[in-house]
Amino acid sequence: MRRLEFILRRLLTSIFVLIGVSIITFTVARIIPSNAAAMYIGPKARPEDIARVTIKLGLDKPLPVQYLIYMRDLLHGDLGTSISTKRPVLQELTGRLPATLELLFTGMFLAVLFGVPMGVLSVRSQGKPMDVLVRTVSIIGVSLPAFYLGLLLQILFFRRLDLLPLAGRFSNELRFTNPITAVTNFLLIDALIGRNWIAFKDVTYHLILPAITLALYPMGLIARMTRATMLEVMEQDYIRTARAYGIREAVVVYLYALKNALSPTLTVIGLTFAFALTGTFFVEIIYNWPGLGLFTVHSLLNIDYPAIMGITLFGSVMYVLINLAVDLLQAWIDPRISLK
Amino acid sequence: MTTIPTIAIEPEIQTRRTARHVFSVILRDPLSLISTIVIILFILVGIFAYQVAPYPLEGAGKTNVHNSLLPPSLAHPFGTDKLGRDVLSRVIVGARPALIVPIGVVLFAVLIGAPLGAIAGYKGGWFDEVIMRITDLFLAFPSLLLAMAIASALGRGIQNAAIALIVSFWPWYTRLVRGVTISLKERYFVEAAQAIGVRDSTIILRHILPNTISAILVQATVDLGTVILAMGGLAFLGLGTQPPSPDWGLMVSEGRTYILEQWWISTFPGLAIFVVVLAFNLIGDTMRDIFDPRQYR
Repeated sequence: MRRLEFILRRLLTSIFVLIGVSIITFTVARIIPSNAAAMYIGPKARPEDIARVTIKLGLDKPLPVQYLIYMRDLLHGDLGTSISTKRPVLQELTGRLPATLELLFTGMFLAVLFGVPMGVLSVRSQGKPMDVLVRTVSIIGVSLPAFYLGLLLQILFFRRLDLLPLAGRFSNELRFTNPITAVTNFLLIDALIGRNWIAFKDVTYHLILPAITLALYPMGLIARMTRATMLEVMEQDYIRTARAYGIREAVVVYLYALKNALSPTLTVIGLTFAFALTGTFFVEIIYNWPGLGLFTVHSLLNIDYPAIMGITLFGSVMYVLINLAVDLLQAWIDPRISLK
Repeated sequence: MTTIPTIAIEPEIQTRRTARHVFSVILRDPLSLISTIVIILFILVGIFAYQVAPYPLEGAGKTNVHNSLLPPSLAHPFGTDKLGRDVLSRVIVGARPALIVPIGVVLFAVLIGAPLGAIAGYKGGWFDEVIMRITDLFLAFPSLLLAMAIASALGRGIQNAAIALIVSFWPWYTRLVRGVTISLKERYFVEAAQAIGVRDSTIILRHILPNTISAILVQATVDLGTVILAMGGLAFLGLGTQPPSPDWGLMVSEGRTYILEQWWISTFPGLAIFVVVLAFNLIGDTMRDIFDPRQYR
């Protein structure tokens, strides 16, 4: 019962946070610019266009009314029309979402796959070369800007070693030789569904560098956090008891200690998801990856205001939802949380 | 009444002691020592950029087209960019914004965040509740996304990018200082001050805020690195420094088109970001080990 109450309370807070988020994006979108209507049409605005948009956005009305109009449009999925593509912003965003999510999930998968064991390994070999190595790799990970790492990897793996493709989601000739049937728009999954092995291999090759570039920062954070929480857990009495019983160290570490260190680590994983979300912007620019990030950069370059505001809202809503998912997962793993 | 002066002095003694402790730890750990040297060099280069740069005018943006895209050599150790400007000079002059902007951003974030956190933690009640919910909201945004939106609403340029970063960084300090304040509130020297009727504002200013400095310093050190990264990111997206002013992130972005052949244009400014951020992170780690702000959480 306690757990159900926790879930309901957590859902309710998320709704409040989302309302707050909408107030902030509303402020940025409508109040900060001196002439919001002109920003929404772009540089070639004619006076009659500005007048029309002023009425459509309700900019001539008092602020609370403006906010209600803003919310009404949002709830109808109306994020405005992109200045540069002339298409609804929401359509532009959802169309590009699968590419970004494929990159984001692969990157985060790598980050967790390597980050957590790295943290544990470092605790097991505290003070030894392995520990130093893990700490060095993780601190380099959180200090290297993604946009720089991406370039370095391109020089190394494309220019010097000629092992991996430079950019894009797949090779151009694939369109003609082994086209992928779009089902989910996650190319890896689509290639799998269609048993299109050549395409699968090609897509994987294209995904490696962007995913590594994206993964390094969250991996560093996760490894550092796992290490810190593991060190704390290892000092607790029940670990000493387990050791006193003569249970093998590996069992103590991986079965007993890791279980309790997992919950704070999950919080960090949730947080790093957000970093990775903005990280995809840089990775997508570097690797010409046709997702949200590339669209963001083009919008920023063209001062495509409706698009930029749409992305901000979209991104923060995604962030709130990711955090909600992490919290619920955490409550499921660690019952102590829902009892607080 | 004689005990009161010692109570007031107590935090100062503590700061002096820990300052010496910090230095001794840094001197003993080779990585921390190297990082400190890197940071001092970075500060000196930032201050004396125009005196140190071999071609100060090119560093500031003067073009020299017949020297376009020269590889690294003795005359140009880091090579030249598309407009023939010496990359080394650009990196050196670019240390200025990389030094000044993050210090300004963190300073303002502390000035806004710390007092709010101290008042919220000390007063509690509805004020605390309101401030905490507001920080919750700001922390509900990925900071770079918020900075990006604000920077594009205000218009491009380094000042607006800095404002955008302040807006997304202050809540962290509010939370940090609030946490420390709540634990300090229970301590005898605060209770003693309350008992003799010292005004709340004086208690916060004289007794609470000075004791939050070590926690703030640790956070600020790490944040300096984070802000340099974020500045670089915003500049890379075209929202920070505008050309022809030198900026490390912008230089990496400008050199991107030439990365496969003229690798030096992007590589050196990127390396500068990496080395400085790494130094701040290493020092931040050492300081965290010394002060362990976790104890306040």
